[in-house]
Amino acid sequence: MSSLLEVTSISVSFDGFKAINNLSFEIGEQELRAIIGPNGAGKTTFMDIVTGKTRPDEGRVRFGEPQLDLLRLSESQIARAGVGRKFQRPTVFEAQSVRDNLMMALSNDRLPFSVLGYRATVEDGSRVLALAEEIGLSDELDRIAGELSHGQKQWLEIGMLLAQEPKLLLVDEPAAGMTLGEREHTTDLLRRAAETRAVVVVEHDMEFVRRLDCKVTVLHEGSVLAEGSLDHVTANAEVIDVYLGR
Amino acid sequence: MQRSLFAQQPSVLIFISLLAIFTIVITVLSEGFGLGLVSTSFVKILGKTLCLCLIAIAMDLVWGYCGILSLGHFAFFGLGGYMIGMWLMYERTKDIVIASLASAELPPTAEEIREGIGTQIFGVVGGAEIPVVWYFADSLFAQLALVVLVPGLLALVFGWLAFRSRVTGVYLSILTQAMTLALSLYLFQNDSGLRGNNGLSGLQNLPGLTDVPQSVVSVWFFLASALALGLGYLLAAWVVSGKFGNVIRAIRDDETRIRFMGYPVEAYKLVVFTLTAVIAAIAGALYYPQAGIINPAEIAPIASIYLAVWVAIGGRGRLYGAVIGAATVSLLSSWFTGGQAPSIPLGFYTINWVDWWQVLLGLGFVLVTLFMPKGIGGLFDRLVRKDAA
Repeated sequence: MSSLLEVTSISVSFDGFKAINNLSFEIGEQELRAIIGPNGAGKTTFMDIVTGKTRPDEGRVRFGEPQLDLLRLSESQIARAGVGRKFQRPTVFEAQSVRDNLMMALSNDRLPFSVLGYRATVEDGSRVLALAEEIGLSDELDRIAGELSHGQKQWLEIGMLLAQEPKLLLVDEPAAGMTLGEREHTTDLLRRAAETRAVVVVEHDMEFVRRLDCKVTVLHEGSVLAEGSLDHVTANAEVIDVYLGR
Repeated sequence: MQRSLFAQQPSVLIFISLLAIFTIVITVLSEGFGLGLVSTSFVKILGKTLCLCLIAIAMDLVWGYCGILSLGHFAFFGLGGYMIGMWLMYERTKDIVIASLASAELPPTAEEIREGIGTQIFGVVGGAEIPVVWYFADSLFAQLALVVLVPGLLALVFGWLAFRSRVTGVYLSILTQAMTLALSLYLFQNDSGLRGNNGLSGLQNLPGLTDVPQSVVSVWFFLASALALGLGYLLAAWVVSGKFGNVIRAIRDDETRIRFMGYPVEAYKLVVFTLTAVIAAIAGALYYPQAGIINPAEIAPIASIYLAVWVAIGGRGRLYGAVIGAATVSLLSSWFTGGQAPSIPLGFYTINWVDWWQVLLGLGFVLVTLFMPKGIGGLFDRLVRKDAA
């Protein structure tokens, strides 16, 4: 399996605090991966580095085929290269309709002048309908996104990420604040998404990770502590010590 | 599934119709072209108001839609005025100089004419040389191009530097204030080449058309201002109606999120900032020939703050709100400060509106902000909602 994302010995420190310490990470083209770890383990910083928000002090981040050096690209260029990111807090554009939110996310040209002349095509319209179907918001297309429930906003955001057609999807705590039913729907969405692309899920909730049924990477103090199936890592003495045993 | 601009925004059609009716009525009532019921000076006030409405639309686009609270857009307005003012003043002075030299025995040389113009225009700042910035002042076409190019380039360079460094929010507002202040202070200097604090004057006189009375010229400019406002409104409505409009609203609401969706936020801001600077400059180029005079005080920081107040009072994020705000406040302002408003004697003190208008405006701004956060334009929403219900 060729790897889509290759992160090689990155380190970053903030005011002397090593948030990421010689971290290496790889993920294949169609893979679902969960990253777990206690608070301050560097999960969010790791995502920040991959998406261009934070620059590491050292190390390499390579993506895709032909290989791109993500450290040389801006956030929006990285996104256009095929890295989608879902933030912890559901962030949809609340003043705009569900349809407009999805339309903006569609993987069309994103430069100002081509967007200025953009006219929605029939394919774009049906793509939005299909996405709405997938995230269960078909009946809400013309509603203002701000009126949706918390769970619906999470799905809309996932729908917007799918609309971007990313090769790699980074998802930060998708299950936070969801009801049991909503969690099941979210698990399905993520597993289906991982059939055609790489999906990395950062999650606190062990129950949710178990449901994802995928390879798990445990982070601790900015480096990888263990990697493998959930049962494998939860049997690891060190993992129990720093994370589960608390 | 694509609907036309008018179907998407019925307010556009209503606005254009009202503007057309207003323009025709004023023209018919004017001294220059009709019944003479509206005085020339009032036609000028209305024409100037239309220009202020146009820059208010630019402000709404950049602030109300894109979330960039620029407190420097009057700099672009003023620069537009200066650029057209240079041609007006130069050509008119040239006519006067040629006329005065006509009585001489020998026909004047080009050198003598240039000297005459230099002394006439720059005598007040102690010079006779025509500064290099006036190089194109004898060409209407070149100065019209400069109306767009000078403010456009300034906005492009300033915006590129500011947005590239991710300056946002209140820091950006302060930066734009600094820009307009710096420009104003520079123009106040006598050796800036634009006559220092004297500014440019006599702009109401059109070179070569001195026989045309002001009553007619005023209607020409009124019509041109109305046309510019109509076109500016259509352009702005088109820009905000499609996906571009959705993207800039998204930038206003959550800049980080839209950046991670792959949109180059800085490029969008730069496009909107520069476009609105050019609209502001065109508004200024139409305004100052009606005002007759421009000086550096016009682009003092306070002017741009007023602009933000108009748009806030009228209602942000709705183009007609900006027009309502600018028209209401500037017309009220010229009524109160023009000495027409009756003073209120209180016995122990007389409220003189020329002084107290500012207080009233400030109070009005506070009240609108507290009780009508969506501005005057927000009232229309309630009407529409009631109709729909």
